[in-house]
Amino acid sequence: MSPAAYVFLSVILFVIGGVGVLVRRNAILIFMSIELMLNACNLAFVSFARLHGNLNGQVVAFFVMVVAAAEVVVGLAILMAIYRARRSASVDDASLLKN
Amino acid sequence: MTPLILANGGAHGTNLDPIFSQVLFWILAVLAVSSALMMILVRQAVHCALFLAVVMLSLAVMYAMQGAPFLAFVQVIVYTGAVLMLFLFVVMLIGMTSAESLVETIRGQRLWAALAGIAFAVLLVVGIGHAAIGSAAPQTSANGAGNLTGLAKLIFTTYVFPFEVTSALLITAALGAMVLAHRERTSPKPTQRDVARRKIASGQVAPEPPPGVYALHNAVDMPAMLPDGTTTTRSVSNAVVQRDLQLGRDPEADVASDLAAEERVEKERQIEAAARGREDQ
Repeated sequence: MSPAAYVFLSVILFVIGGVGVLVRRNAILIFMSIELMLNACNLAFVSFARLHGNLNGQVVAFFVMVVAAAEVVVGLAILMAIYRARRSASVDDASLLKN
Repeated sequence: MTPLILANGGAHGTNLDPIFSQVLFWILAVLAVSSALMMILVRQAVHCALFLAVVMLSLAVMYAMQGAPFLAFVQVIVYTGAVLMLFLFVVMLIGMTSAESLVETIRGQRLWAALAGIAFAVLLVVGIGHAAIGSAAPQTSANGAGNLTGLAKLIFTTYVFPFEVTSALLITAALGAMVLAHRERTSPKPTQRDVARRKIASGQVAPEPPPGVYALHNAVDMPAMLPDGTTTTRSVSNAVVQRDLQLGRDPEADVASDLAAEERVEKERQIEAAARGREDQ
């Protein structure tokens, strides 16, 4: 399969993840959508690595995975703190800075 | 099949049979896109996580197909293994009530989000379609000595500084998570003496009756029956009651109907016994 097909697939997955971020209101589900977007990016990186015949894209994908792991840890910890304070994981309820 | 997928080199970046790789690609693409769509549409957070796992696993196979066996395994171990389990942990901690309500807070949000998504997809597809992506370059130098060796060489030479920064990032993330998830104890921990004193003072020394001792049902959501024949809701955990409410179950009504049925049977039995007694005489 040519790399272009993989890139188009990653575009579709990225867009689905973006729509998920826009549509979902539960913070956990928004996080999952962001993970989906990151995964789509990784697929594009790996495809481009194959396209160019070198490994730079794979290294970048590897770094994306590491950063995503760190991001998830901190994000979920923040989520737990918010849930503890407000008893809700909905992003609509976390509006303390409003007004 | 595994060594076939994982082997490096070849004219198209992998040495897979082209037909086989096409069939595999289409199966995985359909699987990934449909799971991603389901992930967006499904209400329960746990189901969402499972669909995300399907997407991640199919992406892992795609990495393997594209001559990135190391990333394929990292994808399975780090993403599907660690990150997704973390998600599931948080879903379990926050509770099953994290199913979303389907009421829109912003009017037309879903419609506009879908439209924006489609527009963005068209934009990206047109842009990439114009970019004239060729076929895969033969992997000469990169995967020559094996994918893992090549990656290690790059990470520890060209990308050594980002790699070191990554370690700082990971340490910061771990510390941040610990600080954020840590809860300072503001009151002293109750000792055994305190607990006993509070129990005696509350007037109820014995523990709460356990649930499910009612003879016809031993489910955990069934209220216990007290010696005087009444049921008590104190025996059922609040979480179970919430779940029953969500699922539309009513164990109290079940018990009540059972009791009524029992009374009726008892009455019929008495009438029967009386009739038999009359016959005997």
